[in-house]
Amino acid sequence: MSKNLSKDKLARLYRQMLRIRLCEESFIEPILQSVIKCPVHLCTGQEAVAVGVCSALQKEDFIFGNHRSHGHYLAKGGNLNRMVAEVYCRSTGCAKGRGGSMHLRDVSVGMLGSAPIVAGTISLALGAALAIKIKRENKVVVSFFGDGAAGEGVLYEALNFAALKKLPIIFVCENNLYSTHMPIKDCRVSENIFEIAKPFSIKTWQVDGNNIFKVTEKAKNAVSLCRKGEGPVFLEFLTYRLHGHVGPDDNVQGMHTDIRPPEEIKCWLKKDPVLQLKNYLLNKKVISKPKLKVLEMGVDREIKRAHKFALASSFPEKSELNKYLYD
Amino acid sequence: MIKNRQLQFSLAINEALDLMMANDKRVFVIGQGVKSPWYVGNTTRGLLSKYGEQRIIDTPVSENAITGCGVGAAIAGMRPIVVHPRVDFLMYGLDPIINQAANWNYMFGGNAPVPVVFWLIINRGGEQGAQHSQALHALFSHIPGLKVVMPSNSYDAKGLLISAIEDNNPVVYIDDRWLYNTSCFVPEGIYRIPIGRAVVRRKGKDITIVALSYMVKEALIAAETLRKVGVDVEIIDLRSAKPLDKKTIFASVKKTGRFMVVDNGWLTCGLSAEVSALVSEELFKYLKSPVQRIALPDLPAPASRVLEKAYYPGASLIVKKVKQMLRKGK
Repeated sequence: MSKNLSKDKLARLYRQMLRIRLCEESFIEPILQSVIKCPVHLCTGQEAVAVGVCSALQKEDFIFGNHRSHGHYLAKGGNLNRMVAEVYCRSTGCAKGRGGSMHLRDVSVGMLGSAPIVAGTISLALGAALAIKIKRENKVVVSFFGDGAAGEGVLYEALNFAALKKLPIIFVCENNLYSTHMPIKDCRVSENIFEIAKPFSIKTWQVDGNNIFKVTEKAKNAVSLCRKGEGPVFLEFLTYRLHGHVGPDDNVQGMHTDIRPPEEIKCWLKKDPVLQLKNYLLNKKVISKPKLKVLEMGVDREIKRAHKFALASSFPEKSELNKYLYD
Repeated sequence: MIKNRQLQFSLAINEALDLMMANDKRVFVIGQGVKSPWYVGNTTRGLLSKYGEQRIIDTPVSENAITGCGVGAAIAGMRPIVVHPRVDFLMYGLDPIINQAANWNYMFGGNAPVPVVFWLIINRGGEQGAQHSQALHALFSHIPGLKVVMPSNSYDAKGLLISAIEDNNPVVYIDDRWLYNTSCFVPEGIYRIPIGRAVVRRKGKDITIVALSYMVKEALIAAETLRKVGVDVEIIDLRSAKPLDKKTIFASVKKTGRFMVVDNGWLTCGLSAEVSALVSEELFKYLKSPVQRIALPDLPAPASRVLEKAYYPGASLIVKKVKQMLRKGK
């Protein structure tokens, strides 16, 4: 199933997924110690979607994220140090400490912004796609949102308009089965979110979001359709967040906020996307154990450096409270 | 160049759009009815044939997505003008304005401009009732990150729209359909009216009346009536509801010692409350009489023409209140 991917490419995908995983896990301790105070929505378990989708994009292509967008930002090539510093709300952060974890942006790599209003950035992505169409450029826009966003009316308005104007936009729904605390079966009659695109005559697929090969393949397909003027495309990725909605301990077994059946978590742990790819690389001898170890240590060092950078950075100056209201 | 060329308000808007679209390929118009010959007055006349459907984009009734679409296009480097032919219908589209556009540059620590114009038309009277008539500039003026402009005549309609399009920040441009048939001198070509600056519309020494949009017209009529009974009114046209031009307001009130604000929005927490508070806070010692507010009563707009007449304040109420103020004053 990885026929089209070179060894180098496979190693790169793994490195990116691991980098997101270790980065997410590295936030847990500082959150528990209250060194990091802003709300942090970890994407542990969903790395394959971010990495697979962004691997099909060029630097010039645009993405918009949501409240859980560390992975999107990093997969698109956003600067790691500046993201970590933003989570610490420091002046060197990608939003200079004005945004926190939920407001990530690195315009130099086409990451145009993440924001936590559910479905709030879908219409912004729609507009970026319209801009591309007006300018007759060959770029593509990806809108990342969750299953909760499928409850918002603006998504349906956006699907209709995108289809009507044949815009180069990929609607990426990461269905992690929970809208904050609420299981999907309590939110919708049909669990097949990808079907909502059908009445708009939008090409749509449901994909295993924990399988990097399947994600990559479908994303490539979607991007190429959009570049040919055959967009929009809707992709639903079935995945699971291994932490709770927000922070490291919300929804964890044994906590009072715990709401997920242990069997369910166990089952998804077996489908861990990072582990799946790692096992594949070793079993198929794509990479040797020692080489993998070197790779993993490199990623670990990089993340430790990012935390050091953040902690050594100053907080924003009180005297600069008024800065940036207007451009 | 025609000297003293008179141009209708709606055609001044049309001219501003035309000039700016010709001038800058990033400018486009999106909203309900822009292809229609009557839906947004004459404001989009001729633009479709000149610029095509790629830049004059008529849309389905999807206010939320379309407003956000304008914001997203601005984030991606365009200069969209999102039109809502009636303010009331925009309520579905407040999220992209208030949560996204207004906050965008600040919440990303700068370098994230959103050069979008939200062009909202107040379209009241004619027994249209509560959901076809609202003036909501106070709501938008409350939000950090937005600028709000409201022209009172053709000259300003064109100059303010050009400034709004050129501004790197989200600008809410609110005009009143009651002004669409009024005319005044409008120069050809591009000119700008600075956002955040008011203008002294009429010089006087007895009382300062601050007004904006359609209420400037009523205030000017009232001033003429008052002149005949020996009251010399100074009228300030705010032009921008946000940022407010305190300097121009304060200079006038210091001179006259009497202050009235006339707003076409509701009274409670309205623009009239904000301007009055500023004057009371900073110019208390100059005031010869209490500040006076004229605004819409805190009621939805009624339909019946009889009730409409009682609902909308006009020149005669301004005259009456000014006379009361002068009697009461020191």
